[in-house]
Amino acid sequence: MSAAVPSKAGLFDCRDSFAKTIEALAEADPRIVTVVSDSVGSSKLGGFRTKFPDRMVNVGIAEQTLVAVGAGLANGGKVPFVSAASCFITGRALEQVKADIAYSNVNVKLIGQSSGVAYGELGPTHHSIEDLAWLRLFNNLKLIVPADPWETEQAIRAAAAFDGPVFVRLSRMAVPALERPANAVFEIGKAETLVEGTDTTIIANGTMVHRAVAAAKTLAAEGISTRVVNMATVNPLDEAVIAAATETGAIVTVEEHSVRGGLGGAVAEVVISTNPVPMRILGFPGFVPTGSADFLFDHFGLNETGIADAVRQTIARKK
Amino acid sequence: MPVPATPLKNDLVAEIAAQALWIRRRSFQMVYEAQQGHPGGDFSATDVLATLYFGVMRYDPKNPRDPKRDRFVMSKGHCTGAFYSVLARAGYFPEADLSDYMKPLSKLNGHPNRNYLPGVETNTGPLGHGLPVALGIAIAGQIDNADYRTFVLTGDGELQEGSNWEAALTAGHRKLENLTLIIDRNRLQQGARTEDTASLDPLDDKWRAFGWHVEVVDGHDHAKLLDVLSKSPKGRGKPLCVIANTFKGKGVSFMHDNVAWHHGVPTKDQFEQAMRELV
Repeated sequence: MSAAVPSKAGLFDCRDSFAKTIEALAEADPRIVTVVSDSVGSSKLGGFRTKFPDRMVNVGIAEQTLVAVGAGLANGGKVPFVSAASCFITGRALEQVKADIAYSNVNVKLIGQSSGVAYGELGPTHHSIEDLAWLRLFNNLKLIVPADPWETEQAIRAAAAFDGPVFVRLSRMAVPALERPANAVFEIGKAETLVEGTDTTIIANGTMVHRAVAAAKTLAAEGISTRVVNMATVNPLDEAVIAAATETGAIVTVEEHSVRGGLGGAVAEVVISTNPVPMRILGFPGFVPTGSADFLFDHFGLNETGIADAVRQTIARKK
Repeated sequence: MPVPATPLKNDLVAEIAAQALWIRRRSFQMVYEAQQGHPGGDFSATDVLATLYFGVMRYDPKNPRDPKRDRFVMSKGHCTGAFYSVLARAGYFPEADLSDYMKPLSKLNGHPNRNYLPGVETNTGPLGHGLPVALGIAIAGQIDNADYRTFVLTGDGELQEGSNWEAALTAGHRKLENLTLIIDRNRLQQGARTEDTASLDPLDDKWRAFGWHVEVVDGHDHAKLLDVLSKSPKGRGKPLCVIANTFKGKGVSFMHDNVAWHHGVPTKDQFEQAMRELV
């Protein structure tokens, strides 16, 4: 198991990066433990279990207890990484996330695996396109949505280094490694401008970032100078970068999430309070029909073409 | 440490009884002054709390997050009258602060907040949260082979929350002898008797079936509580469930076993009568 091995040519499953990073962190810090709900394989934590059998707690299929046990382990001085399918660790255990983790303000890292529509054909029970909207309400819970293997490693390391509650939303969808400067640094709460532009800004995170970059290239060829911001941290938001984006006069947000209350809603809350400009929020409208994740991305315009179209339409609304 | 060095057992029981009386009087005054609270459950839980804090647990209120401390999780987080009283009495914060109970911007919220008050391990209030968190603390102790104990007090109606049984399963599976659950078995939930709502009996058999060692005691008998709670868990090989048979409103005649006092508040006359009875 290695993050360096692409699942398809040039594409990566960020869970590999998560697994490799958590194993490396655990080697160095005996406080680090993992907590799972029969979710070892889906979290790619088989290697961790082999290396640290006494430091993995498997509570069985019991997500309320999964999250609460994380809080208890933190009380006992551990740094728990609690990992399960994002749809269940959030929706099934939402009150535990609220009371035991966020409101109690404990040093627990929640890892939402296979978020968004990664489980495609399994349907909306297994999709997690509501998680950011739910969790964004807990003001002290850091929310990070990494876009590629490098950012996944950085996010996991930053979560471990931060003393407090963090949710990291991972995907199992294959993504390319983003191009960024060799001296790039990741910081919780800091957005990353991947492409400079002056006519409009696309703000994306997670699996949508590389699609946004591709759309910006298409638009550049048409003479539309498009900025692309990777807003990996949804809480706290990088409000300065959003305020700066309003100066391009139009903003399109893209996320593998519902259009209600996620990244787009978060950005809109900042935009209306600073410099209102035309905006478009791209995502899923609600419960989606049957289809693979890739089918659903295309069906709802969450691809290079759909994003470029949305940008053109939003620019047309500039005052 | 508030617990005196190896006191004679009779002295210790008398000390616990004195503390319990103080807690009942003070918590009822808090409810009377705030005109809010859950005094019936405060009174059913008081003797368990007094026994734990003045006869069983190891803790240092000056070092409330000492990694070696015994932990207490107040799962029935609505009974803050009794809980805050025992914490103040144990030295975690000044007794005078109890007068701030539920006042605007007070640290003494209706349900406990660990970020406001030392001695609170986790924020409770919604039911069914305490045991799963206590389970996590006990697992941390098990991983470290530490010798601290983790105690959690739940109500009995609270056991209708499924999260308790998730945690019960894993505690039994892991043979967590460092974990002790005490059930305040007053047989009354907010609106009715537990057995008329979603019955819990035979409650002892349920816990045994989940792999726990069960002790059923009079939850107002300090000597009995002291016996079962202070016994070393070493070698038991199972988590301990103490079913403390109690009465809601214990100690005041007009509140005794009366569901109306779940969150009833006293009039001036009732308060004065209670103070005359609690001596």
